[in-house]
Amino acid sequence: MQRFINDPDDIVDETVAGFVRAHHNMVRIHDTNPRVVLSHTTPKIGHVGIVTGGGSGHEPAFIGYAGKNMVDAVAVGELFSSPTAKSFYDAIKSVDGGAGVAVLYGNYAGDNMNVKMARKMAKKDGITIETVVANDDVCSAPASEREKRRGVAGEIFMWKIAGAKASTGAPLPDVIAAAQKAIDNCRSIGVGLGPCTLPQVGHPNFEIASGKMEVGIGHHGEPGLRVENLKPANQIAEDMVRTVLEDHTLLKGTEVAVLVSGLGATPINELYVLYNRIEQQIEARGLKVHFQLVGNYFTSLEMVGATLTVMALDDDLKSCLAVETASPAL
Amino acid sequence: MQSISNTGAGVIIQDIAAVIVENKAHLSEIDGKIGDGDHGVNMAKGFGRAADRLDPLGTLTDALGVLSDVLMGEIGGSMGPLYGMTFADMADDLGTTETIDAVAFASMIRAGLEGVQDIGAAKVGDKTMIDTFVPAVDAFDAAISQGKSFSEALAAMKIAAEIGRDSTVDLVAKLGRAARLGERSRGTLDAGAVSCCIILSTFADSITARLS
Repeated sequence: MQRFINDPDDIVDETVAGFVRAHHNMVRIHDTNPRVVLSHTTPKIGHVGIVTGGGSGHEPAFIGYAGKNMVDAVAVGELFSSPTAKSFYDAIKSVDGGAGVAVLYGNYAGDNMNVKMARKMAKKDGITIETVVANDDVCSAPASEREKRRGVAGEIFMWKIAGAKASTGAPLPDVIAAAQKAIDNCRSIGVGLGPCTLPQVGHPNFEIASGKMEVGIGHHGEPGLRVENLKPANQIAEDMVRTVLEDHTLLKGTEVAVLVSGLGATPINELYVLYNRIEQQIEARGLKVHFQLVGNYFTSLEMVGATLTVMALDDDLKSCLAVETASPAL
Repeated sequence: MQSISNTGAGVIIQDIAAVIVENKAHLSEIDGKIGDGDHGVNMAKGFGRAADRLDPLGTLTDALGVLSDVLMGEIGGSMGPLYGMTFADMADDLGTTETIDAVAFASMIRAGLEGVQDIGAAKVGDKTMIDTFVPAVDAFDAAISQGKSFSEALAAMKIAAEIGRDSTVDLVAKLGRAARLGERSRGTLDAGAVSCCIILSTFADSITARLS
């Protein structure tokens, strides 16, 4: 393992400390909980607070999305491990401006439990909380069991839409409805070409044989739909587009937002190689790409691979996307 | 009637923590086969910290409370809340009980089991800690209702926990990260079932050694 590490036990604290130094103009660490990162713009009296959280190792997610008109507070977990209920609770408390708090997170067992407990704790303080659970990863469960699907990079669109909605002073039900619509309109797929290693474990937590790829891989290396021979980028891009769009009946002429994210160790230029074909394929199906992001927006340590997220847009989502944000990642 | 005093039983949690820390690499290795390989690290961190902070001469109630606070407040993940709720509800159930006899212990472990079932969704057969926990608690209750002594019931609980743990080898994971593997999760122990077995077995050994 060739990595920049001091003590693996300290890696998350050191990540957060360095992150806050690097982006001190936008974010700060919570006064008493070093596992909560806050936007300088929070709390805003009369505005809905936006909270998320998740395991570390996905940088710039989740901490990178704390900022103006984005997420107000992020609860930070160990590598690939949910934040504590206490951290979610401290995040919720910090962003409460009296108009309630929207907790927008991914569908993982630990996050579900810790948010549930944090919600109980915050209720005692009289804070109104609503949650939206992202489930955009089409390969993690069939469409008929959408409630079992994991949340992946579509969360970024969900945060951006909800953050924009909250910035207008919209009440909690409207912010929640916008977040829910955003994630309902998102479909994502991951393709893995190489595994990742948790530093405290020291060996890859799964294997992908040389010359193979795993289609539908999850953000922690969860197995995908199938393992197949590594193909040229254009064919992979076509497969990715087909998988997300076949899960999602969109009328011709529908405008979409597209996010292509690297999983950590894929060179950025290869993401553009993929994107080149992805956009052609999407437009060939009669859809129109209105907004696009290409880069390392949601990674999985040093996994080799990429994810594609497509979000169908309407006028309301388009106007939310247009709201300016200032967070370290977006 | 066999019993131990609640005061001074805090040390039992240190005994459990010592075995968890000893099995850190073992638990991570099992977890690494179908999970992400951090179970031993997180368990050792949580139990180790609690062992450092609790008063071994104090009550088991207080020691369970310290352990629960560390797991829920500092560890997170899935195991933080699952074991955190288990020990919080055990502590609540035990409360100010001065003497822990078989009846008090039965009530305490039942409360712990209900605590974890309340927060998690697992059932027997899902390849989780529940596959160890449910038969172990049932075996303890069955032994007591058959008129067995506290130490005999603890021995029965321990055997049932081990059988439950081993039953997870042939199961397909239904919950948690391993569930994504489907059939590929068969053939491996579940790390949570193993750690749950360690906890219950060490409870049994540690109490048995102190029974008067």
